Amino acid sequence: MTAARPGLPRAAWWAACVAFGALFVFPLYLTVAQSLKAPAEAAASPPTLFPHQLSIQNYLNLNGQGGSLSIGEHVLNSLLVALGTAVGTAILATLAGYGFARLRFPGSGLLFLAMLAAFMIPFQAVITPLYVVLQAIGLSNSLVGLTLVYITFQLPFGLFLMRNSFAALPSDLEESAQLDGCSIVSTLWRVMLPLAVPGVVTTALFSFFTSWNEFFAALILITDQSRFTLPVTLSILQTGQLGTIDWGVLEAGVVLSAVPCLVLFLLLQRYYVGGLLSGAVK
Amino acid sequence: MEAARTRVGVRSRRRVLTWRRRRQLAGLLFVLPALACTTLFFLIPLGLDFWMSLNQWPLLGDHTFVGIQNYAQAIHDSGFLGSVGLTLLYTLVVTPALLFLAFVLALLVQGTDLASRFFRTLYFLPVPVGLATASYLFVWLVQPNVGPIIRGLELVRVLHQPPPVWLATTIPALAVVIGMVVWKVTGLQMILLMSGMQSIPGSLHEAATVDGAGWWRRFVHITLPLLRPTLALVLVFSIAGSLLAFDQFYIITAGGPSNSTLTSVYWIYRTSFVSFHLGYGAALSILMMLALGAVSALQLLLIRQSAELS
Repeated sequence: MTAARPGLPRAAWWAACVAFGALFVFPLYLTVAQSLKAPAEAAASPPTLFPHQLSIQNYLNLNGQGGSLSIGEHVLNSLLVALGTAVGTAILATLAGYGFARLRFPGSGLLFLAMLAAFMIPFQAVITPLYVVLQAIGLSNSLVGLTLVYITFQLPFGLFLMRNSFAALPSDLEESAQLDGCSIVSTLWRVMLPLAVPGVVTTALFSFFTSWNEFFAALILITDQSRFTLPVTLSILQTGQLGTIDWGVLEAGVVLSAVPCLVLFLLLQRYYVGGLLSGAVK
Repeated sequence: MEAARTRVGVRSRRRVLTWRRRRQLAGLLFVLPALACTTLFFLIPLGLDFWMSLNQWPLLGDHTFVGIQNYAQAIHDSGFLGSVGLTLLYTLVVTPALLFLAFVLALLVQGTDLASRFFRTLYFLPVPVGLATASYLFVWLVQPNVGPIIRGLELVRVLHQPPPVWLATTIPALAVVIGMVVWKVTGLQMILLMSGMQSIPGSLHEAATVDGAGWWRRFVHITLPLLRPTLALVLVFSIAGSLLAFDQFYIITAGGPSNSTLTSVYWIYRTSFVSFHLGYGAALSILMMLALGAVSALQLLLIRQSAELS
């Protein structure tokens, strides 16, 4: 493995690695520091490198002057959409993945390929008619509608992952379960699903990340400010009051939306990277 | 005895048949919810996209069939063509920048030792952060007076007072967007390239070393050729992603200064959801879809070709 590493002296290797590390971590540090400054210091010019006085005022001010914005509501919106997408995608992809892998029916192979083809067409390309369809079925400006749209566009990845997870399991497991009198549903639930947990976790995790961070569809499909998800809400803060932007508050918003992702990533790193690679190997 | 055995045989065969039927039926039922979602929120919109593109389609009120007029308009729409040009320019700069840096990082930290794993995690940290979130972060970083990047450059005397307003000039504004994307996406490409490198058998490198090949020759003759499928994949991800750029431009530059940084998706967004020319927006979407389809086809071709070569 090390045979492929450039012939760098150890000290140069360390220097390069630390320099790059600083480059990638410093912006994250700066934004956390900025969010924890007292409001006056956060607006100071030139900016300070670290908070001289720690304060959570910026986080409290996320509610806007005079409560014009209720940040708790927007966090809740984001959380509901992200959890709904994660659970929904995991359930639909598990069922369909098992169907495609183990319960083949005439035409199932072709159908699987057709559903994966959604991978090829990004949803930016169908956003205009999607808006019209959602309006026609009464799901425009609705968090439920947004969640269903997210589930649909996460499905190809989940389907691919879950079909492969189930296809990799030995078939005598399933047969012996059925000989023992398990129904199809209980075979899936009791025997196959516990062995496919990594696939389910990866599917749910990626769906959560994507929908928590998604901006484009949320911006277009939700028009009522009280239903905005967090990334769209931050654009209100960015617009600012009377043309001035409170950078301390905006960066508090950045930290608020980045922290759940970073924590989840550090906790479930194995699944995250594994999912990336399996998606790429496709 | 004989009769009994036959009866058992017939009965079990019948049971096998119905068992198989039931499994097929269950398969169909299991797939149905996913299929319903895909139909309602993907296939129907996709079909509607084509129909809308042939109509003049306002947000409210009736639509009128206009044939290919929307497409004819697109070819002469200098705003749209300008956005295509900007998107291509952006893609052309961001793709090699990302690939080069990701390659360097992958070479640096491909080892399995603790230090390599630690640095790898550091470089990957911006990846889980959302693109929109990272954009809000960078808008602040590059502000004159209050932004730390400008201040830092002043301290090392690269910049002088009064501080420049990067987002007020086209090229610097574009550079800020590109800087943010490089910061956020390099880690992702690094991991993909690294896993490609790690799948190259170590014995190849050992054999070449025994034959007296230095690091550079091993890199050119072993690492690069065997990495071609991974490289093709990373390239296509990056190109497709760049061609669809929207969030970072909407948040960092808002298309400005004076509409000089509008990408294609941004232009379509404005057409459909600011001017509410939904039919024209649909036509532009279809043109974009065709362009992306060509990229995807090229991707498959490249990957297949490199798979045959290796």
